Amino acid sequence: MLTPADLDTLLLTFKVASIATLLMLLLGTPLAWWLARTHSAWKGMINAIVALPLVLPPTVLGFYLLVLMGPSGAIGEFTNWLGLGTLPFTFAGLVIASVLYSMPFVVQPLQAAFTTIGEQPLEAAATLRAGPLDTFFSVVVPLAKPGFLTAAILGFTHTVGEFGVVLMVGGNIPDKTRVVSVQIYNHVEALEYSEAHWLAGVLLVFSFSVLLVLYTVLKTQPVAHQLK
Amino acid sequence: MTQPITACFQLDYGAFQLAVDLCLPGSGITMLFGHSGSGKTTLLRCIAGLQHAPQGFLEINGSCWQDSERGVFLPTHKRSLGYVFQEANLFAHLTVENNLQFGLKRIGKPSNTADLQHILELLGIGHLLKRMPDRLSGGERQRVAIARALVLNPEVLLMDEPLAALDFKRKQEILPFLGRLHQELSIPVLYVTHSQQEVAQLADHLVILADGRSLASGPLSETLSRLDVPLAQDRDAATVWPVTVSEHEIDYHLTRVTFTGGTLSLPMVDAAIGTPLRVQIFARDVSIALEVPAATSILNVLPASITGLADDRGGQSVVRLQVGNQALLAHITRKSAFLLGLQAGMAVYVQIKGTSILN
Repeated sequence: MLTPADLDTLLLTFKVASIATLLMLLLGTPLAWWLARTHSAWKGMINAIVALPLVLPPTVLGFYLLVLMGPSGAIGEFTNWLGLGTLPFTFAGLVIASVLYSMPFVVQPLQAAFTTIGEQPLEAAATLRAGPLDTFFSVVVPLAKPGFLTAAILGFTHTVGEFGVVLMVGGNIPDKTRVVSVQIYNHVEALEYSEAHWLAGVLLVFSFSVLLVLYTVLKTQPVAHQLK
Repeated sequence: MTQPITACFQLDYGAFQLAVDLCLPGSGITMLFGHSGSGKTTLLRCIAGLQHAPQGFLEINGSCWQDSERGVFLPTHKRSLGYVFQEANLFAHLTVENNLQFGLKRIGKPSNTADLQHILELLGIGHLLKRMPDRLSGGERQRVAIARALVLNPEVLLMDEPLAALDFKRKQEILPFLGRLHQELSIPVLYVTHSQQEVAQLADHLVILADGRSLASGPLSETLSRLDVPLAQDRDAATVWPVTVSEHEIDYHLTRVTFTGGTLSLPMVDAAIGTPLRVQIFARDVSIALEVPAATSILNVLPASITGLADDRGGQSVVRLQVGNQALLAHITRKSAFLLGLQAGMAVYVQIKGTSILN
């Protein structure tokens, strides 16, 4: 059975993933919009930076974040100066690390959706008196809905599944930074296989169901078919 | 009623340059005609503000939309225009009705039901309101797109090859609607096309574009018959005359029509006396005689005077004639022109072998 401690880690995990997903959508949407439309020389560079967490070992990303956010890192000095203390081993630090780590899973589907929409609906909206912001919310968002759903689901599930970055930046502090993946590791370390099974099973079923929804329900209307 | 449109743009893309300075009528259909790469669509997009020509001046019905000298450039969504794209470009996530309402909501005008009804009726789309765009045929989609632009009652309607993406049948389905728009609405229309047929059928004013420049701009008949533009040399060169039905000769299955300066016999037209029509006369169907042909099977023999001659590089001469107030083109062989001693100013007779009625 799931222990109360396990339930706490599950709750914390979903809290981190929800806040991180929200932040990623807020930050990733303008970024993806810019990437989908810009002809800037910086596009390749930014694309590469956004995609970096896809290929980097999470421990490497976690290590750099730990150093940067630590007391003598640039970010650490800044947050200290703001009077916020340092971020490693805090809930906020964990959320920030998650955002960076899972960002490509949000930006890339959005970027693809925006690129597929193309210029034409935007021009049509402009000739019908819709300003740029109006066009974004009344034309782009509805047309890119499958992209937003994919981005949110992938960003959320990927955050739930992270381990390396969490361990480096968040540590293993109960109720603060101890998420499911770390708790499973703890159980296994302590040879509590039955508890590990329960938690692992919950994650497996959760992740599979979400992906099933993504690939069956949403596949009925992929992004490309939204356009006429 | 409406003031003329002044459109002056300069734009340099390296491989392509646009440099036009046009004064266009504030009513009727103005066709921007040219082959692909002539800059006609770029010009239309500059007028819409979808493309920003670094140097430009644009005034529509007295309001200035662009004046680069003064740093004025009104963004597209602040211009009172309607735009019909080559592909209908309807919003796929909205029903036909919501597509039509999209612009109306934004100009804060309560949808004037009478106007809307009239436009729905004019374009025959009243029964489609609840449909999604992907449940429409290509022709229906384009009609909805035209209605969506028209309901805003804009200062100018811009149409970018609205029929080009449609097959012949769908074109025939939409052309009558465009003809009716023409008769019933007072909004000036700028219409981009590469089809001489659409020009003949719909244009009041014609602008011929090539390589980003305007070769000619003027009333339809005048511009079609200009010898200094390549159109007059074209195999399908033709002039278009406005005529009025004056008499039906039922026994012969003929209709007589009058134009300023004479009458013509046409194959029977199903139209009441007094109906205005457009008649297209291809230059290849016109021949020239120095005297009234004594006996000929050709019914339409009219006195004319030669107003110009041009040779193509082959064996063909293009003769420009004046019949009454109407200009006419004739394609004849260069040898005939030489043998008859044709010269500008001569009085001759033209025989018109065939005509086609356009509406």
